[in-house]
Formats: sequence, structure tokens, C-alpha cells
Amino acid sequence: MSYRSHLGRARGLGSAREGAGHWWAQRLTAVALVPLCLWFAVGLVGLIGADHVTVRAWIGMPVNAALLVVLLVATLHHAQLGLQVVIEDYVHHEGVKIAGIMAVKFAAILLGLAGVFAALKISFGG
Amino acid sequence: MTTRDRPLSPHLQIYRWQWTMLLSIVHRLTGVALAVGTLLLVWWLVAAAAGPQAFADVQAVMAHWLGRLVLLGFTWALFYHLSNGIRHLFWDAGRGFELATGYASAWAVVLASLALTGLAWLAGYGII
Repeated sequence: MSYRSHLGRARGLGSAREGAGHWWAQRLTAVALVPLCLWFAVGLVGLIGADHVTVRAWIGMPVNAALLVVLLVATLHHAQLGLQVVIEDYVHHEGVKIAGIMAVKFAAILLGLAGVFAALKISFGG
Repeated sequence: MTTRDRPLSPHLQIYRWQWTMLLSIVHRLTGVALAVGTLLLVWWLVAAAAGPQAFADVQAVMAHWLGRLVLLGFTWALFYHLSNGIRHLFWDAGRGFELATGYASAWAVVLASLALTGLAWLAGYGII
């Protein structure tokens, strides 16, 4: 049986039962990002001062392009999950909160797609 | 439905200040900064795909002293969030909660973030 009041149930307040999934996705992407960030940092240091052709050649190598795609997806998924929690913690006006979370998710998808598209375009020689 | 009389958890201000609390809020701050920094990463990639002129623009901004300062901050934020993130993963696995371990891992995070930042920039300038 449920101990929640009828009014509380009707308003749909309380847990959305998504907490565990959110928590797990945050950790899964965190673990993936440990080696990915170290790989990318080493790669970027190697590219300092490099010209456009060299940078494109590095991005376009199949392994690098694939890892960049994974890096972008994991980073932006991790970032939007984290920013969602930050907004939920500090923004208490319901409308502003929902608008903020939506903006974060839209921005993450847009940035992710733009980055993945750019990496693949270079890799496919476009 | 009354919420007014419910017990509240103790407010942040009544806790005795400990410097490990600073690491906690800095983890969140660096996380937000890194999220904003993904704009730079995507700009760099899109410019590289767009052509030589767009790429030259990015390089000019990054090479400016202000751009370098932002990149330096970004590097440290990345290594801090990475190091402290690993600390969090150990906590998630139920390890490292002892007081002494908590302080030791805090020091390890601060030192690792500074060492990795120094290493990356010294390597970047070809000094090591």
C-alpha cells in the first residue's frame, strides 16, 4: 500500500524513480573518461604548435576519430547529468529549473552532434 | 499537506569548517567550468573541419595570453576533476571513508592535479 496522500499522488510529486539510472550513468561515464581524458591530454600536448594539416591528420586517424567520438559522447553525457544536478540543487523556481535543464540537454546534444560530425567529416576526408 | 513543521537537516553554516569541504565545492565548480569548456573543444574540432581560416582563428585565440590563461585554468580544472573524481569512485565502492584516509586522499588530489598540470604544460613548451 502507499502511504502518500491522495493530493500528493495526484500532483505527481516525489521520486521520479530515475535516481539510480542517473547515478549509474554518471559513474559509468566517469570511469570511461579517466583513460579517455588522459589519452586526449597526451594527444593535445603532442599537437601544440602543429599546423592545420597535421591536426587534421591526427583527428582523421581511425583510432583517434573513434576515440574522439567516444570522448565527446561520454563527456557531454557526463556534463549534462552533472549540470542537471547542479540546477536541481540551486534553482527552486519550477519553471526556471525545467527551462534550465532543457537548455542544458539541448546544448549537450547540439555540441555532441557538432563535434562528432566534425571528427567524422575530417576522418572521411571531407 | 504541511511541510513547515518537518525537521530540517542541519544547515551548512553550523558545521565546523574543514578544508576538505573546499575540495567538495571545487569539484562541482570545476565540473561546471569543464562543461562550459566543452564549447572550446567543439569549436576546435568544428574549425579544424571547416577549413584553414577557421582553424587559424581558433589558434590565434588560444595563442593569445588570455587564451593561454584560460587553457591553463582548463587544464588544472580537468586534472583536478579527474583526480577527485577517482577519489569519489573509491567512495562509491565503499572505500576510503576513514578520517585519516580522507585527508590523505585530499592531499593526493591537490598534489596530483598540480603535478599533472605542470607536467602537461612543461611538455607543451618542450621543457621536458
